[in-house]
Amino acid sequence: MNVPESKANADAPAAKRITLSKMQAGQKGKIVEINGGYGMTQKLDALGIRVGKNITKVSEQWMRGPVIVRQNHTQVALGFGMASKVMVEIDLKNKI
Amino acid sequence: MKILLIGNPNVGKSVLFNRLTGANVIVSNYPGTTVEFVKGTMKIAGRRTELIDVPGTYTLDPVSRAEKIAVRMLEERNHEDVIINVVESTNLERSLNLTLQLIKRKLPVVVALNFWDETKHTGISIDNKKLEKILGIKCVPVCAITAEGIKHLVEKINDAKPADYHYDENKKWNEIAEILDKVQTITHRRYTWLKKLGDASVRPLSGLPIAAVVMFLAFKIIRFIGEGLITYIAEPLFLNLWTPLMTKLSAILGPGKFLHDILIGQLVGGKIDLEQSFGLLTTGLFVPLAAVLPYIVAFYTVLSFLEDFGYLPRLAVMVDTLMHRLGLHGLAIIPMMLGLGCNVPGILSTRILETRRERFIAATILATCVPCAALQAMVVGLVARHGLVYLTIIYAALITVWILLGTVLNHFIKGESPEIFVEIPPYRIPYLKGLMKKIWIRIKWFIREAIPFVLLGVLLVNLLYRLEIIQFVGKFTAPVVTRILGLPREAVGALIIGFLRKDVAVGMLIPLGLTIKQLVIASVVLAMYFPCIATFAVLLKELGVADMIKAATIMLLSSLAVGGLLNLIIPA
Repeated sequence: MNVPESKANADAPAAKRITLSKMQAGQKGKIVEINGGYGMTQKLDALGIRVGKNITKVSEQWMRGPVIVRQNHTQVALGFGMASKVMVEIDLKNKI
Repeated sequence: MKILLIGNPNVGKSVLFNRLTGANVIVSNYPGTTVEFVKGTMKIAGRRTELIDVPGTYTLDPVSRAEKIAVRMLEERNHEDVIINVVESTNLERSLNLTLQLIKRKLPVVVALNFWDETKHTGISIDNKKLEKILGIKCVPVCAITAEGIKHLVEKINDAKPADYHYDENKKWNEIAEILDKVQTITHRRYTWLKKLGDASVRPLSGLPIAAVVMFLAFKIIRFIGEGLITYIAEPLFLNLWTPLMTKLSAILGPGKFLHDILIGQLVGGKIDLEQSFGLLTTGLFVPLAAVLPYIVAFYTVLSFLEDFGYLPRLAVMVDTLMHRLGLHGLAIIPMMLGLGCNVPGILSTRILETRRERFIAATILATCVPCAALQAMVVGLVARHGLVYLTIIYAALITVWILLGTVLNHFIKGESPEIFVEIPPYRIPYLKGLMKKIWIRIKWFIREAIPFVLLGVLLVNLLYRLEIIQFVGKFTAPVVTRILGLPREAVGALIIGFLRKDVAVGMLIPLGLTIKQLVIASVVLAMYFPCIATFAVLLKELGVADMIKAATIMLLSSLAVGGLLNLIIPA
């Protein structure tokens, strides 16, 4: 997903939304949306993956393997499918 | 009054349980070590009180089978029962979620703030007094592994009471965030080498080589310890001390007499042969104590270290993609690793998998293709002297079938398997005393559970031969055993005894004088064809009769196919 850099979009936030699965290892962001059913949302919720949380992506495995995220002191591994349902807003200003 | 230990997975409930009761429950550093509740007793103010170690759960909305057990335990409690809510201090936010749910159910709770020591070097400071005030329940800092704060916790158990704390369920995370704001301050967080190693273990470029190195080292160390114990301790003890004693006994009893044959067994070239005589006091003790026990010690030393260090969940991440081909996800590697020690705990731990489909696939391929340490010890002892290539053939055959069988089951069993979703705990340097204790628990378990069966097996071998039952069955099974598998008729004896103990079964092959090709085939078939009685019992319990029959059919057919194929392709 591309964010157009046109000036018409000047008042758009300096951030872009992508899925957790598309984030790069090492990138930080804030979870803004979870496109899953109740069951999945509850499951993710219990381990701290929920809207409003700041997370860092630690790594991802090859061939659509699991994604690992860190938030505070916990690391959680979640499947690629789940990770593609988690929308994250990447902070472009504080890119590392 | 009963006390229930409740908390998130991997917060140290079982460590606390061992501390409070003096019991010996296996503890590790990965979520889902405890999959069934465990009961023990402790004394509070002189009164015997029952303490229950409940499997970990993140919420009272259960997902996995282990979590369901936890919630059921809560629902079945009596109203005077008390709950110790074990909490990970370094992860207060997530832990408080469960604490609030317990409070909401008006349960009498005391909070044990475990890993208190770890907060110090992770830059977290928690004001437990303030937390007590806010929640209205006692919150006691403890470090279960070193026993710090345990006494204090016990004193507070009688103060457990339902809290008068109200919050809006929909805003629970805001509520928790507000609580955290008040009681917790986080200072710097150092990026320690353990953390770096932890991260490197789950990045593909570094993680795969790390996994390979860990597996290679594990194998090398197990072999080093196992062979070392056999060569320098077990065998010398038996040969120099035990055999002379038995030789005297043999002379007293008189070779050929019934009691002599049962206790000492057959003399080989006029002498006692610890491997071949097959008496209760000779082979019956030599097999479990000198051939198998050293490898049990070696295997559990390495496995226990990996468990406590926290490597297993990371290995799960690295093998996740492979496991998906088998209809499983990465976590299923944990039951397999446990199964390499003994299939029984391996199959029990399939409970960490969410669906029945996964548990069936995992239990079936485990019971079919994962050889236990006792079997492996005997096979290594027998086959390695002919060259490592033969050992490689055995393992390669088992791994190939493991993958193929999983792939086939995944293809034919309806339904999908969920994705991996697991907390990756930090690497922790194992606490040596705890590690030693755990290895010891497992060794004791082997001695208690295995040796009686080994002796029974050896006794049965003698009776079956004496009554000519093995010879009799051999006639009927010859078409399969001889034609398809290329083994001598008498090998059927090993297949019969294999149901009791597989190590004894492999031992029965020794006097048959098999060729190396036959040894390889017999080893693979013995590993696969049917579970031993202990594994059979847990399989039946976990799968039910119908699925057990399916699993057993799969084992029999696939072992026959693999054995037959090996017979065709290995040059004589």
